[in-house]
Amino acid sequence: MRLGAGRLILWAVGPALWLGLAVPAWGTQRFPPPQFETDHTLPVTHTPPPDAPWRDVLDVAVLAAALGLAAWLVLARRSRRGVLALAVFSLVYFGFWRGGCVCPIGAIQNVTAALAGGGHALPLVVAAFFLLPLLATILFGRIFCAGVCPLGAIQDVVVIRPLRVPMWLEQSLGMLAYLYLGAAVLFAATGSAWVICEYDPFVGLFRMSGTMFMLGLGAVFLLGGMFLARPYCRWLCPYGVLMSWIAPGAVWQPRIDPVGCIQCQLCRDGCPINAIDAPDAPAAAARTTPPAGARLHQGAGALPGAGAGGFPGAGVGVGRRDRRRMAGLLLIAPLLVAAGVLLGERLAPTLARMNERVQLTDRLLAEDMGWVEGHTDATAAFRSRGESRTELAAEAERIESAFAWGSPLLGAFIGLVLAAKLIQHARRRRRDEFAIHQPRCVACARCFALCPHHPGNEAMLIELTREKTRL
Amino acid sequence: MADSPQAGQSSDRRGFFRGLVRGLALLAGGATLGLLATRAQAARTVWQIDPYKCTMCGRCAVECVLSPSAVKCVHSHGMCGYCELCTGFFEPDAPNLHEGAENQLCPTGAIERTLIEQPYFEYRIKEDECIGCAKCVAGCAAFGNGSMYLQIRHDRCVDCNDCAIARACPTQAIRRVPADQPYLLKQVDEP
Ligand code: SF4
Ligand code: SF4
Ligand code: SF4
Ligand code: SF4
Ligand code: SF4
Repeated sequence: MRLGAGRLILWAVGPALWLGLAVPAWGTQRFPPPQFETDHTLPVTHTPPPDAPWRDVLDVAVLAAALGLAAWLVLARRSRRGVLALAVFSLVYFGFWRGGCVCPIGAIQNVTAALAGGGHALPLVVAAFFLLPLLATILFGRIFCAGVCPLGAIQDVVVIRPLRVPMWLEQSLGMLAYLYLGAAVLFAATGSAWVICEYDPFVGLFRMSGTMFMLGLGAVFLLGGMFLARPYCRWLCPYGVLMSWIAPGAVWQPRIDPVGCIQCQLCRDGCPINAIDAPDAPAAAARTTPPAGARLHQGAGALPGAGAGGFPGAGVGVGRRDRRRMAGLLLIAPLLVAAGVLLGERLAPTLARMNERVQLTDRLLAEDMGWVEGHTDATAAFRSRGESRTELAAEAERIESAFAWGSPLLGAFIGLVLAAKLIQHARRRRRDEFAIHQPRCVACARCFALCPHHPGNEAMLIELTREKTRL
Repeated sequence: MADSPQAGQSSDRRGFFRGLVRGLALLAGGATLGLLATRAQAARTVWQIDPYKCTMCGRCAVECVLSPSAVKCVHSHGMCGYCELCTGFFEPDAPNLHEGAENQLCPTGAIERTLIEQPYFEYRIKEDECIGCAKCVAGCAAFGNGSMYLQIRHDRCVDCNDCAIARACPTQAIRRVPADQPYLLKQVDEP
């Protein structure tokens, strides 16, 4: 067989066609496959398989084992060293070796997409990664964050000189995580984007590869994290929000264990993430029956920063003022929710436009109407494939209507959270000792050994007690 | 609120609160599980490119979280015409029709051209050198049989929860496929 003339002609006109090639082509069988005279065998297309299923099983097993170990190290051994070692292991295994995917944080989106329907498959391994740490939180508090989460671990190992963030700032920044969670759920449910994965600051570092944006973001978080401990955990992590709802109900919780807290404040200063609540101001303390060691207790009243909600004056009137404040907040709550709904309604069209299908619809329209010049890859491909415009329009409309009720719902959620936070803040809690704030504590075990009551700290206890009594 | 509860009372109340939170969490978890059981299939999935949707835009080479990309050109030899003048191999305005680098479309010289018998040449992709830029794919699809196309290679892909290329692909050509059928290969008899 000779080289066909058709082929030569095609070759000759090829370059000209090439330049004018505006629409993509997927190839057709233009030239029949040859009949070889020699016994040439065709090479087979090589298809390397993905990870074998046993890898998934192994990952889930390692996750379960690490959670169990973390619980034991935090609650039974109370060992900071052990927790740190486990965190380093998890960082290496889940982070660097397994590449950071899938993680429970991102799994929020898989679960949302599966719940939203549309036939999204939820592999068992993803479901397990989402549920196991939550289950562990019901039992033991946020031990997942302590030694298992690779994102937590990479932030924890770089903490060198944590600065104290004022409580009001801590709590305001904490609102970001709720916003992030809400946005992640909204975008995943509408099939628009997986923002948690898109803006994961650490996954690029785990893989030592990624876009400049990803790697830069990671570097910023790590550098900042030297002085502001665990910034992602405290102010952004959406999974942390879920755990913070559950942790107060944990069967066994990380505690500092002060049998007769001497108000030395060492634990609070040692917690890098502001997760230890100070006792009430002396005014409130004076009203309760003084516990053993009352002298120390009163002496400590002058400590700076003790009791952020300190009240001037004592006793009388405090209750009534509290109640009035609470009533005011309860009235404001529905207003906040309503404001959220309104804002959500306003933003819905803008948010919907982040969806590719909606974008494509808009762009096609703009091109048809001559509002824009030229075309994008997406519109060119859409036109050349001759797909149905009505189907696309219907799809875009479905997505827009999903945003039309999802976005106000997100607004309502944020309003509600804001109201709940304010109410929680205004509620007077009677506390005589420094105590771990369960929703925020990531169970890192740093504070345990700081307490003078910790076994081995007897000398410190005596010393501090003397000092305080002298005051 | 103003009364000062005895220690016992306050710990009772705390215990009740803890139980309440735990109960609510378990309830929410149970409801989620129940819903998931009715709604989701548990199939394992991986990402793959549908070669009939890909427009060879070139983003595959740059958007993957790996560099070089996990996407490579594959060649379905059964579909190939073994053309002497392969439009997937040669530059359209190639100075000479031989294997010199200046004649080649592939920026990395990842395609190996071997004479099988006159006038048939075999084009094999050297995967270590391919960067998934789709230049050859576009050439082959435009004037050849379309036997060259891009696929995500699962020995390289780290299986991101949200494939970065899928996000950037202008035609949503990348989708999740069952992990036991991880490739979308072109077949001779398909369009
Ligand atoms: S709060 Fe931190 S440690 Fe906990 S899940 Fe989120 S990123 Fe991980
Ligand atoms: S265990 Fe919790 S309270 Fe203690 S230092 Fe760690 S995060 Fe802070
Ligand atoms: S991004 Fe999409 S259209 Fe572009 S080369 Fe990759 S699969 Fe093809
Ligand atoms: S899943 Fe990740 S590694 Fe695989 S092709 Fe997509 S971006 Fe690349
Ligand atoms: S032209 Fe691009 S896609 Fe084709 S073999 Fe070369 S590097 Fe790979």
